[in-house]
Amino acid sequence: MTTSNLLVYLIALPLISSALLLILGRKADKWGHLLATLVSGSAFVIGVLEFFAMRSRSGDARPATQHIFTWMSVGSFQVDASLLLDQLSIAFVLLITGVGTLIHIYSIAYMSHDRDRRRFFAYLNLFIAAMLLLVLGDSYLNLYVGWEGVGLASYLLIGFWNQKPAYATAAKKAFVANRVGDVGLSLAIMIAFAQFGTVSFAGVKEHAHHASPAALTAIGAMLLLAAAGKSAQFPLQSWLGDAMAGPTPVSALIHAATMVTAGVYLITRSNFIFDASATAQLLVVIVGAITLLFGAIVGTAKDDIKKALAASTMSQIGYMILATGLGPIGYAFAIMHLITHGFFKAGMFLGAGSVMHGMDDEVNMRRFGGLARFMPITTVTFGLGYLAIIGVPPFAGFYSKDKIIETAFNAGGLKGILLGGAALLGAAITAFYMTRVVVLTFAGSKRWDDKAHPHESPALMWIPMAILAVGSVTSGFLLASGNAMVNWLQPIVDPHHHEHGEEFLKPIVVSTMAIVVVVLGVLAAIVKYRTVPVEAPTEVSVFTKAARKDLYQDSFNEAVLMRPGQKLTSGLLFTDKSIVDGAVKAVGFSLQTIAGWIRNLQNGFIRTYALVMLIGLLALIATVWVVTL
Amino acid sequence: MDISNYLYLSAILFTIGAVGVVVRRNAIVVFMCVELMLNATNLAFVTFSRIHGNLDGQVASFFTMVVAACEVVIGLAIIVTIYRSRRSASIDDASLLKR
Amino acid sequence: MITLALESGATATPEAVLFWFLAPLAVLSALGMLLVKKAVHSALLLAWVMVTLAIFYIAQDALFLGIVQVVVYTGAVMMLFLFILMLVGVDSSDSLVETIKGQRATAITAAVGVGGLLISLISRAVQAKPAVGLKDLEIVGNVQSIATELFTKYVWAFEVVSALLITAALGAMVLAHSQKPIARNLQRDKSIARFRGASLATAAGLPSSGVYSRHNAVDVPALLPDGTPAPSSISATLNARGNMIDSKLFELELKEEEEN
Repeated sequence: MTTSNLLVYLIALPLISSALLLILGRKADKWGHLLATLVSGSAFVIGVLEFFAMRSRSGDARPATQHIFTWMSVGSFQVDASLLLDQLSIAFVLLITGVGTLIHIYSIAYMSHDRDRRRFFAYLNLFIAAMLLLVLGDSYLNLYVGWEGVGLASYLLIGFWNQKPAYATAAKKAFVANRVGDVGLSLAIMIAFAQFGTVSFAGVKEHAHHASPAALTAIGAMLLLAAAGKSAQFPLQSWLGDAMAGPTPVSALIHAATMVTAGVYLITRSNFIFDASATAQLLVVIVGAITLLFGAIVGTAKDDIKKALAASTMSQIGYMILATGLGPIGYAFAIMHLITHGFFKAGMFLGAGSVMHGMDDEVNMRRFGGLARFMPITTVTFGLGYLAIIGVPPFAGFYSKDKIIETAFNAGGLKGILLGGAALLGAAITAFYMTRVVVLTFAGSKRWDDKAHPHESPALMWIPMAILAVGSVTSGFLLASGNAMVNWLQPIVDPHHHEHGEEFLKPIVVSTMAIVVVVLGVLAAIVKYRTVPVEAPTEVSVFTKAARKDLYQDSFNEAVLMRPGQKLTSGLLFTDKSIVDGAVKAVGFSLQTIAGWIRNLQNGFIRTYALVMLIGLLALIATVWVVTL
Repeated sequence: MDISNYLYLSAILFTIGAVGVVVRRNAIVVFMCVELMLNATNLAFVTFSRIHGNLDGQVASFFTMVVAACEVVIGLAIIVTIYRSRRSASIDDASLLKR
Repeated sequence: MITLALESGATATPEAVLFWFLAPLAVLSALGMLLVKKAVHSALLLAWVMVTLAIFYIAQDALFLGIVQVVVYTGAVMMLFLFILMLVGVDSSDSLVETIKGQRATAITAAVGVGGLLISLISRAVQAKPAVGLKDLEIVGNVQSIATELFTKYVWAFEVVSALLITAALGAMVLAHSQKPIARNLQRDKSIARFRGASLATAAGLPSSGVYSRHNAVDVPALLPDGTPAPSSISATLNARGNMIDSKLFELELKEEEEN
């Protein structure tokens, strides 16, 4: 364990910049975006320096800490505002600041016509600061601060164009759904405090060995709820699709690459809890498997390019969650997929943004078509991302996703076959819907109005896309070669060198199966979408209808949660008004009536007051008379 | 005759004065009724002095007179002031306490 | 000095005669105060009650108080009352119609209750209690005895009461002194304002309107030495109404006459 003085600047720089931009207001309009980008880039430089510093150390000396101040000290309970940069955190720091900086650069051009660009960059920096705090905090409480901070930034950015009521509603929906998850996190922290008397990662890890299984399962379940809220996992996934109301760079950074993966981070960080509770792990894999299929199915039916990508994000995070539930070996693959996904999904979102930029903010893919000729660079970067996500070798997704499928099969027995089958089916559907996106957007004949003039985006936009595309191509190989990622994270997630069980299937078999289903998925999509009607067909199967409606999750939420809640509220309101207020008003009314009588005495005539005095005198004398009897 | 008759007289005069304060509207008459009440108590003091055989009652009566004199001076000045602004010596007209 | 007190509670016959003669008169006068319409009659009746009481004081060995009662009350205080009555209007008579509902009935009931209870209490208190009387103290004289009491036992109260008197006198002066809220604009003030003003042009007063033999000239401005009309010489109101007549009109006629 070493100490580092630089860690605090990772958070402080974007935070100060954000505050500065918000406080200075319009005065900072001219240079606000440049400052924000510079700060984000500086954070990335610090991250890289720390990464190399960490690499130069070895063994237990690798993690670095920085104590900032003592946050609270109550009796034996002490929480420090301390930062912890270990092998897991640095991966996130590099992803957040790296992708974040690219998206900052992209946004300079993308938001150049928006008069509130400065505010946008202030929120982006706020997000960077909060996200870094989330991954750098050394206790659950510090993590919680960052957790809420990214929630806030996400809310502000989804509702960035809140002049449109639908967008404001989307922001609110995201906020409420996240709040449900946040309750889970706060409950988990409270249980941890009640059980162990500490909320720091190290402390909980130390106590987790000899804690009761029930407590560990409870903490695990609550952490899973938190992860489901933040990472849009079943059953709290409904907000992610609507969150696409935000500007596209936001969707790329927050709702694809970084914030939504916070749930994966949380579970990986809490590996000591999940490893100790088989029940919690089972819940995690169930949630992951359901979501990966759920997202994939929804993705096949979306005509909105961003919503299709959002469904894909949901599905891919489902893969990661599934992997985290598979035990020590899964964590590394989850993080690996997280990083590769960060590259290719952010790249594809930026590509989608580039398409929208060229098509007057049109998002309906049925009105695209044949854009490859007009946007060659976007097509290439998007295409590389596409190859990466469906898992074509040697692109990034192949390495990370195949590992997850393989690990799922290796879980053993019926569970392994079910999970592996789900993951494999998910891969096939992923291939199908991603092919659909590419075909609808870039291939085929043009289906847009003559009013639209598709054109390639400026360099400020395509350079970040190109860099991310390079990442989509190479990151998988780099992370997987020589088990680099597994070895790197091994001190964090698998300190005891678990021997992994018998391989259910050989890796080569899994890869072959995966490639076969991917090819089938791609072919099915190409065949199905040779011709595309501009208007979405209405005569479709029940399944398509269901998928278009997000598998009725919104309707379910509305019928089961929202309406009874509204009923309860109006019932309570009625009770409050008629009974509680009624009692209060009755008291007030009777007092008022009595006061009305007494008021007649106060007629302003001195003679009446004198008469009252006389009566008082009478009473006084009468009392004396009675007493002296 | 019993000395207590003076006390009965005092009580009757006091009561009449009290009724006058409550019933009459002219501020000056009201004031005179107050004086009547004070005089009635003075009579009682003087009688007490005689009953107890010391001069404390008479001294108290003396002080009552002095204070009453002060009160008359101030009270009449107030009546003049009110009359000057309202052109009326009726205490019912000065019912500003109502509002 | 009239010393009528006896050792026991009873009094001598002359005092009884005096009491039974004067007391009903006093009560009747007091009642009359309430019933007469004119305030000045009330004042006269009150003066009679006070004189009666003064006689009773003297009858009860309180010579000093009796004299003071006559001088201060019947003399000064009642004088003051009449004075104020004259200020307010001596011949105005009050309406005795009650305006506040239930005031009179309640007042009389309460008063009867108070009076009855007081009498009942007094009768209970004085039962079988012999009166001491002031005989022993009368040796040195009533005034001397009271003076001794006042300047020894009650000297502090005496001083405080003197302060009260002075305060009351000052208070009455302050209250009675009428101060105008706005200073009156007298001719003297106007004159000063004219001469202290910025311009001395109008200090000596505005010029009078022009006088022409052929016209009642209040609506014709005077001519200044250079022959131009001076609008300030006629009323601003006429000017505003448009009733000002041009003095040139008459000038022209004069010229015509000259030519003729």
